[in-house]
Amino acid sequence: MSDAAVIVEGVSKWFKLGSTGATSLKQRLVTDRRREDEGFWALKDIDLTVEAGETFGLLGHNGSGKSTLLKCIARTLTPTSGSIMAAGRVAALLELGAGFHPDLTGRENVRLNGSILGMQPAEVDARMDDIFEFAEIPAFADVPVRHYSSGMFARLGFAVAVNLEPDVLLVDEVLAVGDEVFQRKCIGEVRRFQREGRTIVFVSHSADLIRATCDRAAVLDHGRLMMVGEPPAAIRTLRDLYLGRGEHLADDLRRPEVLVQRASARITGVRIDEIDGRTWRRPGEPLVIEVGVEIDDELRDDVVVAMEMHDAEGRRLMGVNSHLLGVTPPAATGRHTALFEFDRIPLLGGVYHLSFGLHDPDVSTSFDHRDQKDTLRIENNTPQEGLVDLSPTIRWFKGN
Amino acid sequence: MTTSSSSDRSTGSADQGRIDPSASLGAETFRRPIPDLTDVAGERSAWRRLADVWDFRWLLVDLVKRELRVRYKGSALGFAWTLLNPLLYLVVFSIVFRELLRVQVPRFGLFLLCGLLVWNFVAGSLNGAAGSIVNNRSVVLKVWFPREVLPLASVGAALVNLVLQGIVLAGGLLVLRNAPDWSRLPWLFAAVGVLVVLCAGLGILVAALNVAFRDVEHLLEVILLAWFWLSAIVYPYASVSDRLGEREWLAAANPALPSVVTFQRVVYHPPDTEILVQREAELAAFRAAGDPCVDAGTCALTPSVLGEIDDRWMATRLGFVGALGLASIGAGLTVFARREREFGEQL
Repeated sequence: MSDAAVIVEGVSKWFKLGSTGATSLKQRLVTDRRREDEGFWALKDIDLTVEAGETFGLLGHNGSGKSTLLKCIARTLTPTSGSIMAAGRVAALLELGAGFHPDLTGRENVRLNGSILGMQPAEVDARMDDIFEFAEIPAFADVPVRHYSSGMFARLGFAVAVNLEPDVLLVDEVLAVGDEVFQRKCIGEVRRFQREGRTIVFVSHSADLIRATCDRAAVLDHGRLMMVGEPPAAIRTLRDLYLGRGEHLADDLRRPEVLVQRASARITGVRIDEIDGRTWRRPGEPLVIEVGVEIDDELRDDVVVAMEMHDAEGRRLMGVNSHLLGVTPPAATGRHTALFEFDRIPLLGGVYHLSFGLHDPDVSTSFDHRDQKDTLRIENNTPQEGLVDLSPTIRWFKGN
Repeated sequence: MTTSSSSDRSTGSADQGRIDPSASLGAETFRRPIPDLTDVAGERSAWRRLADVWDFRWLLVDLVKRELRVRYKGSALGFAWTLLNPLLYLVVFSIVFRELLRVQVPRFGLFLLCGLLVWNFVAGSLNGAAGSIVNNRSVVLKVWFPREVLPLASVGAALVNLVLQGIVLAGGLLVLRNAPDWSRLPWLFAAVGVLVVLCAGLGILVAALNVAFRDVEHLLEVILLAWFWLSAIVYPYASVSDRLGEREWLAAANPALPSVVTFQRVVYHPPDTEILVQREAELAAFRAAGDPCVDAGTCALTPSVLGEIDDRWMATRLGFVGALGLASIGAGLTVFARREREFGEQL
């Protein structure tokens, strides 16, 4: 218990109905006093302990109270009763770029943001370059934020928050911001936080995100804590809650969108075999692609290795995986090798992009992927033009 | 729990696809020292609140800078407005009071500027403070920091303005060759000091109240207008104190007035001796004319500007404002603590 990073004890939060925004004296005087009592418990008697160094997920549908609980831990809401203890600096990624002023430059905003989060100017200045490096906008440091694109804005916000080195990081669905490349960078940062043994509390209604990143998760429903446990069990509870109520299952409870990968299986490398010391091919030649796989979780006997091939214009020429071909991997941890063997490559000249992935059979969890990092070059030495090597012959004679 | 998950985690960087050297070596998660648990939901005492504000003093400085920087962004004259504003007031009020209403104050412009400076600080800090939390809702809803910093930043910005406008005033003194009462210069710091404390307390109070009742901002405008006219800024204090006589303390119970009058006393440094000489001459003229007003004591003489304002007056009156200021800080923090619990919902 001494290793707790966040202790939530008997926390309840009462939200008044209607009068929550009663913001004029007149309204206060005119409003029927009794109506003030109407409201609901957004949280009711929540007890939770988040251990230091763990990644803890809060799951629930909209209005379940998960975000309310996060805000209480972040101190932007005060619980009606109960106590919350937190260890060290708590930083919330509730929304990126909070407090940025459009008229101030990026640098001025970062300094202000740093002091909002309790840092001293020297601390912020020391990290200034890193922050703009991370946000990939070093050239924009002295430009007013109003000229930033929304992507730059979000990147800078995230960069400030992660460079703050908080002890407890609260994340509320922010990873949905920005382009895919930056998202992956964010996830990488979250992983760094995990590696460094920082505590992360994650709010998401994405079952997959929780499954992929969290050590434990809690399920909330109508302000009550339904259960705390390992992510798969938590997701089952959530699913049962939805089903029990006859509600439509959220997409990601059925077939979750692949967003984050759990690093329990990895692609360690990809190699194309050589013919006469060359890795490029001529049309019709055989091809073997060797994919190095490392699995360190014994439970991962359901790993599927997949490959896709795209042409230069992004058209998918082929996609295949071991599950579709009925191949099961050896049920052992450690280094594996998966060979993709092709008798002949029926392609004419061009550069083709290869992508590889490791996921489970229903693609609900992705362990690793390696997108279009490898290329296959084919040099056309045939008299054909175009895409596919059809090896035609022509017979020509008089008459019909 | 922690150990089983940490082995998992140390091998990360899945998104890169390349071989992570630390991953293949199975680098151990290094254990961070766990900081002490602190209460993040409970009540904080007034002392705790002040200590938290102190911990965030850099934020206070940055917010003041932001407020000053942003206020005139995009305006052609920019920062010059801070200085132009009192000068424009000066022109208008000089015309109205000197030329139209014939207020008999020598060097009226200088007299007016002294009071205006002090008043601008009071009005500026309270107006700014009232909207400070509502206007910063986007930050308040997302990040925790001692919220008292927001109204305090408005007071800080107003204080910086006071200093800048003080430079204009000093310039005016040079141009008009009006020497301030050098020996009493330290009283200016006391006058500003007690007012800062008072405005900080009142600022925290109105900022918190304005979240629940947005009327406060508008009510404040009305109050400030009345307060302005009660503060002996455009008319000489002597005209009030003469009339009140024994009950002069009543006027001085207005907490802005002592600072206003102190500024006038020290900076404007009324040429009361000249006026006394002038009054003697006028009285002699009435006497020579055999006017009955001489015996009745109702002769229309050039009035003194401030009346008897000595060190004792300043010490007691400013001391009173200081005490009131400390009380207002206490009251402000108490109300703030109560209201703050609902900021999250009411913003």
